[in-house]
Amino acid sequence: MKIAFSTSGNTLESLLDTRFGRCSQFLILDTETKDYEILENTQNLNSVQGAGIQSAQTVLKTGAEALVTGHCGPKAFKVLHAAGIAIYLAENRPIHDLAEAFAAGKLALLTDADVEGHW
Amino acid sequence: MQIAIASGKGGTGKTSLAVSLFLANADRSRLLDCDVEEPNCHLFLKTRFVSRSSVERRIPLLNPDLCKHCGKCVEACQFNALAEAGKAGILVFEELCHSCGGCSLVCPTGALQETPLKMGAITRALVAEKAELITGALAIGHTETPTLIRAVKKKQPDPEVEFTLIDAPPGTACAFATAVEHADFVLLVAEETPFGLHDLKLTLKALQKKGLPFAVILNRMRPGFSSVQEFCKEKNYPLWLQIPESRDIAGTYARGGTLLDAMPELQESLRLLLDKCAEELLCNRRN
Repeated sequence: MKIAFSTSGNTLESLLDTRFGRCSQFLILDTETKDYEILENTQNLNSVQGAGIQSAQTVLKTGAEALVTGHCGPKAFKVLHAAGIAIYLAENRPIHDLAEAFAAGKLALLTDADVEGHW
Repeated sequence: MQIAIASGKGGTGKTSLAVSLFLANADRSRLLDCDVEEPNCHLFLKTRFVSRSSVERRIPLLNPDLCKHCGKCVEACQFNALAEAGKAGILVFEELCHSCGGCSLVCPTGALQETPLKMGAITRALVAEKAELITGALAIGHTETPTLIRAVKKKQPDPEVEFTLIDAPPGTACAFATAVEHADFVLLVAEETPFGLHDLKLTLKALQKKGLPFAVILNRMRPGFSSVQEFCKEKNYPLWLQIPESRDIAGTYARGGTLLDAMPELQESLRLLLDKCAEELLCNRRN
């Protein structure tokens, strides 16, 4: 399966960016092949409003089934939840660490937005 | 003619001046409270309620049976108010919608229909059975300030009066710009503080871009402080009225009284102030 991580780096050593809507890019990891790709989110970094909604759609288009990020606001949550993407919260640790934690079932599944909009 | 009472900084005395101007000219003016996020002119006036009407804006309502998930609406929306959520289809975030109508225009199946959503109300009231106060109030959770201000300003005059006074919201952003838009004259209330002068300069920049004629009203004038006066003198800007800093004015205000209650002697100056605005308008037209 594919997992999306919000990040500002380009490798599996990069740290998780705890922002979701306005993170600079997403790293999409294939858990079986360990291949990954980077998807820029720069357009959203500067959007006036609805950055979380846009980012949620960006993640959705990658075919990822899970998202690992630091926080998720109500609008982004609504889109991701409706689309059936599982959201896991984590701290800004290296992505490879988080991928292992995810595989071991150690990441917390989010059942509702954990922060207000424009957090 | 329309006269807007504005300032960059909040709390400089816009409402104090607007209400007192209105009372001093009750026989020939109407007051529009365009500070729609927190209208407060009515607090200082003895009013008789006349009518109240809702203001609506249009938001898209999705008919999921007609939606083919083509995503054209999501692409068209410049405000991220629509989202495609995979198998769940299109989601509408009405709080982000700017009511442009673009989504329903591009929808090929007619699945998005514009429907009204109440965003605020306009109240008409009378002071002393003759002078009209029109108040716009944005509903809680709504942010479309300019839309509501435009609606307040569009309310048809009844009866026709010589002066329409507009109590503008503070700041120099959209709300302020909408309130002073199409005004014939702007009275800029500035207070004699460093912050007051700073924001006066910002407001002047915005007004000059719009080419609106103005005069400065100085509030909280204190001995030993003259930065606004000096600034106006240096730039040759008209300074039409000076209100002293006074504990009596502040105390009267705190009890719900007006500037005019505290300083009844201002009555004549406040009448002349509107005459002066009218003269300026005539001069500008002649030029």
